Amino acid sequence: MSEARKMFLEGVRAEIPLLIGVFPFGMIYGALALDAGLSTSAAQLMSSIVFAGSAQFVTTQLVSENAPGFVIVLTIAVVNLRHMLYSASLAPYLKNLSLRWKALLSYLLTDEAYAPSIIKYEKDGLQPFSHWFLFGAGFALWFNWQICTALGIFLGAAIPEEWPLDFALPLTFIAMVVPVLKNRPMVAAALSAGVVALLAYNLPFKLGLILAALTGILVGTILEGKKSSGGTL
Amino acid sequence: MNIWLVLILGGLITFGMRFSLIYLLGEGRFEVPETMSKALHYVPPAVLSAIIFPELFYRADALDISLGNTRLMAGIIAILVAWFSKNTLVTILVGMVALLILQLL
Repeated sequence: MSEARKMFLEGVRAEIPLLIGVFPFGMIYGALALDAGLSTSAAQLMSSIVFAGSAQFVTTQLVSENAPGFVIVLTIAVVNLRHMLYSASLAPYLKNLSLRWKALLSYLLTDEAYAPSIIKYEKDGLQPFSHWFLFGAGFALWFNWQICTALGIFLGAAIPEEWPLDFALPLTFIAMVVPVLKNRPMVAAALSAGVVALLAYNLPFKLGLILAALTGILVGTILEGKKSSGGTL
Repeated sequence: MNIWLVLILGGLITFGMRFSLIYLLGEGRFEVPETMSKALHYVPPAVLSAIIFPELFYRADALDISLGNTRLMAGIIAILVAWFSKNTLVTILVGMVALLILQLL
């Protein structure tokens, strides 16, 4: 148990800077959801039923435009497509778990829970209690998201705009990704994905992000293949 | 469509996508091809950069590659700090302080 607890707390700790970065977004979401005409309970429960920031923002937008329900559902699906990449990427590290654990961790699988967890798993490999790390990170984010949604609903987006708390998000991702860039395929994957993300920024529904990620994956894999066929590995 | 039905369907689809490959690749039903397992190691750098770049380069929905883009400058400082220190907390603190100072200038 203490090993599990240690992992859980390590996951929570790794998540803390992301919690700070996400907080203003949760409050803005709560405030926008009410403006869009959602009831207090629908606004709050969307944060636990859907539990996906960007999809929730798009949903409030579509609700305020009176879009048909099936359009909203389809949009949520497209915006959340990137989670399949996370699912594939984490699968090898979760394969020995029970179905119940897999379901629980899947429910908690967001951008912000994925990032610290996969960085840890790729570094340390599969360990007996390592799923508790993802659980800690995911649960901390979930709990935080419910609280900041509620504050946004009841107080409005009360954080002054000149406080750049949201900048904690890209900064944390930078702190996580830079140490991973140890060889040329990794650097090329990161740079090509970044450049495509800039070029494809105007695509709707986060499709630019997916296109960029797939490009980076392809570039990295091809370069790695070339390297190992040269006999160096 | 009732808003609750929309939320429940949206939630189910989101869960389904998050669960999909954890389930399919994790049940040992089929062997994951070597190329694919190689490719999966590039998901973290690719996805994280795809999130980071627009956050730094786009201000108010416009590409801004100038010294006046405070987030880009603070981000570059953070990348350098991360590269040399490999320390998460130091990177975040220096990046945040850099942004606050640049905003005052």
